[in-house]
Amino acid sequence: MYAAIEAARRGRKVILADRSLIGRGGATVMAQMTVAVGLEEDGLDDPAHHYADTLAAGRGLCDPAIARLLCEEGPARIREMDAWGVGWARENGAFKRAFAPGHDRPRCVYVDFLNTGPAVSKTLRTQLNRIPEIRRVGDLLVTALALRDGACVGATALHLSSGQPVSIAAGATIAATGGLTRMYRRNSASANMMGDGYALALAAGAELIDMEFVQFFPIGHLAPRLVGMDPIMWDPFRYKLGGRLLNGRREEFIDQYGSKDEGRYIVTRDVATYAILKEVEAGRGSPHGGAYLSFEHCSEAELRGAGGPVIDRLAENGIDLTRQAVEVAPIAHYHMGGVRVDAAMATRVPGLYAAGEAVGGANGANRLSGNAITEALVFGRVAGEAAAAHAARNAARADGAAFAAETERLRQGRGAVDFNPAAMVEQLQSTMQDDVGPFRTEAGLRRALEALRALRAELVAVKPAAGRAYDTMLADWHDLETMTRVGECVAAAALARTESRGAHQREDFPGMDEAWRVNQVLTLEGGALRIARRGVPQ
Amino acid sequence: MKATLVIRRGAPGEAPREETWQVPCEAGQSVLDALRWIRAHRDASLAIRYSCTNANTCKECMVRIDGKTVYACTARLHEAPMKVEPLPNKALLRDLVTEIAPPDERLGGA
Ligand SMILES: Cc1cc2nc3c(=O)[nH]c(=O)nc-3n(C[C@H](O)[C@H](O)[C@H](O)COP(=O)(O)OP(=O)(O)OC[C@H]3O[C@@H](n4cnc5c(N)ncnc54)[C@H](O)[C@@H]3O)c2cc1C
Ligand code: FES
Repeated sequence: MYAAIEAARRGRKVILADRSLIGRGGATVMAQMTVAVGLEEDGLDDPAHHYADTLAAGRGLCDPAIARLLCEEGPARIREMDAWGVGWARENGAFKRAFAPGHDRPRCVYVDFLNTGPAVSKTLRTQLNRIPEIRRVGDLLVTALALRDGACVGATALHLSSGQPVSIAAGATIAATGGLTRMYRRNSASANMMGDGYALALAAGAELIDMEFVQFFPIGHLAPRLVGMDPIMWDPFRYKLGGRLLNGRREEFIDQYGSKDEGRYIVTRDVATYAILKEVEAGRGSPHGGAYLSFEHCSEAELRGAGGPVIDRLAENGIDLTRQAVEVAPIAHYHMGGVRVDAAMATRVPGLYAAGEAVGGANGANRLSGNAITEALVFGRVAGEAAAAHAARNAARADGAAFAAETERLRQGRGAVDFNPAAMVEQLQSTMQDDVGPFRTEAGLRRALEALRALRAELVAVKPAAGRAYDTMLADWHDLETMTRVGECVAAAALARTESRGAHQREDFPGMDEAWRVNQVLTLEGGALRIARRGVPQ
Repeated sequence: MKATLVIRRGAPGEAPREETWQVPCEAGQSVLDALRWIRAHRDASLAIRYSCTNANTCKECMVRIDGKTVYACTARLHEAPMKVEPLPNKALLRDLVTEIAPPDERLGGA
């Protein structure tokens, strides 16, 4: 959304296509926590400190130019959002800033209560709606980028409401499609987050970087069923109240994995993830296959103080924390990797840009909490600026040839299909969770690659033809095609990286290996995936 | 526990039909959980619209349940049969999916 606003500011006409309702289908509207920004005005912080923490979290793999951009431009974007009325929480006139793990000081602004993402999304939508140069079109699922002489000249999309293919000619195109965590059985994703932008860019000739780094959040909500809440919501409770992590036998277990829990929240995310999964493997998991998180020792007043109105939302879900423990488990939450871009968000394909979580490189092997919303705003602005400049030099030209192949492909296929794509999605999610999850082995990764290729082969024969209004079978088919490709990228990069670093943990290669302080770059050549190692830019 | 959903299906111009499904469920589960279960285990062609699944932020899953307009993701399942229909005041696209986007966010719109 920010990219569209910036391109329009620079005098271009913009089409903002979304496969869902505008500004509602992705992660931004779902984020409930915080936004990291090195605000310098009161002398307590500085973009340089934020930058140092970002690089440290990235375990040596961040692209410094892109990470610096995120940190340096963050304050301007956060203040602008403030001027637009987002409503950052304040105390005595100054922004309230929360302390989050990995940051050396309180740095994270937020909108109360747990309302950051909805407020950011609403503020951007309000700005968008005021700009007549931006044409917003929902229910438009982009299925391929259009190419002419190796440059991107627009995109072909499936109009979901009518089932018809649509050609979009554009002087420049920005992929701002978000992350990929829906590929995992346990995730915090929306239905639209399966890496479309990665698959689109890769097929158009762009490079992907750091695809092996998927961030898992150790204590995602598992049970009882809870709706109306972000599944990572237990984090603020743990900061404030500690809470006890217990196995299925209601015993503390973290201390057996070389860390301490002791009712305080000091165990790191990777140790917590490992310990929970190992307990489950040993048959000591909670009933739904995770661990218990208990606040039963806390008083009602303490809980109310920590959760405010969230306690009421829990009550609506039938959950009373003074009397019951909830079940938690590691869930896929964010993807560090993505489309490889320069500091102007340009890919190696002329006319193609990326923004937001779709971009790889800024966060290296691990992302600091709060950096994702900041990057969505900053990279959006930079991509909008660069794409507008490119479009000013390269006017959109209607060129049927660039769209013909994809339009034809969408129309091809069978009228009546007898397969269950929704079941295949579940199968794929299990493969990714079990074999390309937080802890990986060579055998598991090879098994996953085989399973993904087999699924992909199965898809060929069953493609539904476009043409029916709101055909969920065809949308699922498209999603599966994307997920088998993107899953292959993650698994292949994870198999090649024979060390453990940040969010990529190999059980057969524990520990960081200095020789692996390199980025892996993926390209598609003649339909086959290629992986190359590149020195980290300095 | 089992829930029973009576779902109105069909596309514009077709005679609407009702289908009845039995869905296994646990306490606290939503109607959206049941609709997704039906797609994965019984009939993938059932058209439904949703994005956020858990967070109740996308506001895309609105349907009619027993005559009331609700979010499928926050409506709880219960054992008595539940009647699920598309929104009556929006143009039908297929099954439970209606045209909910504002007119200026549609292809061919304002
Ligand atoms: C539950 C949750 C909580 C989070 N909490 C925080 C937090 O507290 N702080 C933080 O910094 N980060 C948080 N994150 C991460 C952060 O929200 C995301 O990284 C960020 O919002 C991504 O923004 P984006 O604009 O790149 O993508 P998104 O907001 O995901 O938007 C992508 C858009 O692209 C559309 N799209 C996708 N594919 C296609 C296609 N093929 N054709 C057309 N449209 C398409 C989608 O419908 C969607 O609207 C959280 C993430 C989740 C899931
Ligand atoms: S699925 Fe998003 S609000 Fe119901």
